[in-house]
Amino acid sequence: MTSSTIEAPRSPRPVARKRRVNWEKWGWLYMRGSGVLLIVLIAAHLFTNLIAGQGGVKAIDFAFVGGKWSNPFWKVWDTLLLWLALIHGSNGMRTIVNDYVSNPKVRKTMLIALLASSVVLLLLGTLVIYTFDPCPAGSLPSDLPSFCPAQ
Amino acid sequence: MSTVLEERPAAADAIQKFTATMMIRRFDPDVDTEPRWQEFSVEMLPTDRVLDALHQIKWEQDGSLTFRRSCAHGVCGSDAMRINGRNRLACKTLMKDLDISKPVYVEAIKGLPLEKDLVVDMEPFFASYREVQPFLQSSSKPEKERLQSAEQRARFDDTTKCILCAACTSSCPVFWTDGQYFGPAAIVNAHRFIFDSRDEASEVRLDILNDKEGVWRCRTTFNCTEACPRGIQVTQAIAEVKAAVLRGRP
Ligand code: HEM
Ligand code: SF4
Ligand code: FES
Repeated sequence: MTSSTIEAPRSPRPVARKRRVNWEKWGWLYMRGSGVLLIVLIAAHLFTNLIAGQGGVKAIDFAFVGGKWSNPFWKVWDTLLLWLALIHGSNGMRTIVNDYVSNPKVRKTMLIALLASSVVLLLLGTLVIYTFDPCPAGSLPSDLPSFCPAQ
Repeated sequence: MSTVLEERPAAADAIQKFTATMMIRRFDPDVDTEPRWQEFSVEMLPTDRVLDALHQIKWEQDGSLTFRRSCAHGVCGSDAMRINGRNRLACKTLMKDLDISKPVYVEAIKGLPLEKDLVVDMEPFFASYREVQPFLQSSSKPEKERLQSAEQRARFDDTTKCILCAACTSSCPVFWTDGQYFGPAAIVNAHRFIFDSRDEASEVRLDILNDKEGVWRCRTTFNCTEACPRGIQVTQAIAEVKAAVLRGRP
């Protein structure tokens, strides 16, 4: 048998994979980096909220959050928690969407919705942390919580 | 020693034949629209393997049963199949090691196009394999041996054992949903050359695997390591390639 009788491979090489900027490596690194930081951030968050403050989960109310956010330390802490966890969670959801959604149009729609909702939540959350005022001036005393001086 | 001879007939009697039920997932593209399960009864010896059960069915009961096998001794990698929900080589799985009180379920490996009965189209699997350039690349002419120390050889020893059976790749849930993913076997075979001190194209392969469909798709499920009939630490090999991509060198 000469080589000319050997047929060409049944199927050609698959379409060449695109060589573009590759974010997957950075996404992978981010999931691990943020994961390690989240262990510390979440553990301390749970400890101060549930264990250190005696009252347990029942003690967490508007006043408790107001008290925590009067301290710049917890503002920064909660901002880090918000950004790291939300980006971590939405990047994880992106992975899952890529896993399960095979229809390209549905996939694109879901990824855009995911991105849009994450951006809105990040901005809104950050805005709340830094503009939070439990006793806004000029409010009706009946609208204010009991611990405000105007009450 | 003479007593041994006298005892021999009794020992032979002790080898009990048993009947096992085989449930085979059949698919004939000319007739079936969907695969269907078919039941067979086989007479087995404890030393028989799943491959022997398939042979008995094909040779004595239903000649249309289609499956691949070549060496029948765990060397060629052609008879990977899903046996009782786990990817194994039919020629390396003893019937007595399975639960014979229940039917033994045998089906084709998943994630590759089913062609007939237990035969799948392996081409997508080999296409990924070819893409990682699984051959030695060196600029020097092969005029004499390329020397390597025992330690340098040991660095990639585990991944030299691959027989390209596809048990790992077809057990990977990421590959099931995303056929574009290179898959564990291609990464194992890239690892084989990336960490070979004689090879000069490691960076090229690391770049190929630093792809959207490359090593980052791996989610450390360990299915591949569990499936590998050669006992290769597949997940570890993938992790080593990930670390090498991050370093930018082996
Ligand atoms: C205790 C802190 C946490 C650690 C150490 C951690 C670690 C990780 C790691 C390493 C991955 C990547 C898995 C892979 O690629 O195979 C991951 C995935 C993921 N994480 Fe986290 N994470 C933490 C907290 C969170 C939180 C608070 C959320 C939700 C906001 C979250 C949501 C997700 C999701 C949705 C995925 C994708 C799951 C998948 O790939 O199937 N994680 N996590
Ligand atoms: S790594 Fe193991 S399971 Fe995967 S193809 Fe090679 S021999 Fe088969
Ligand atoms: S027939 Fe060759 S590996 Fe099983």
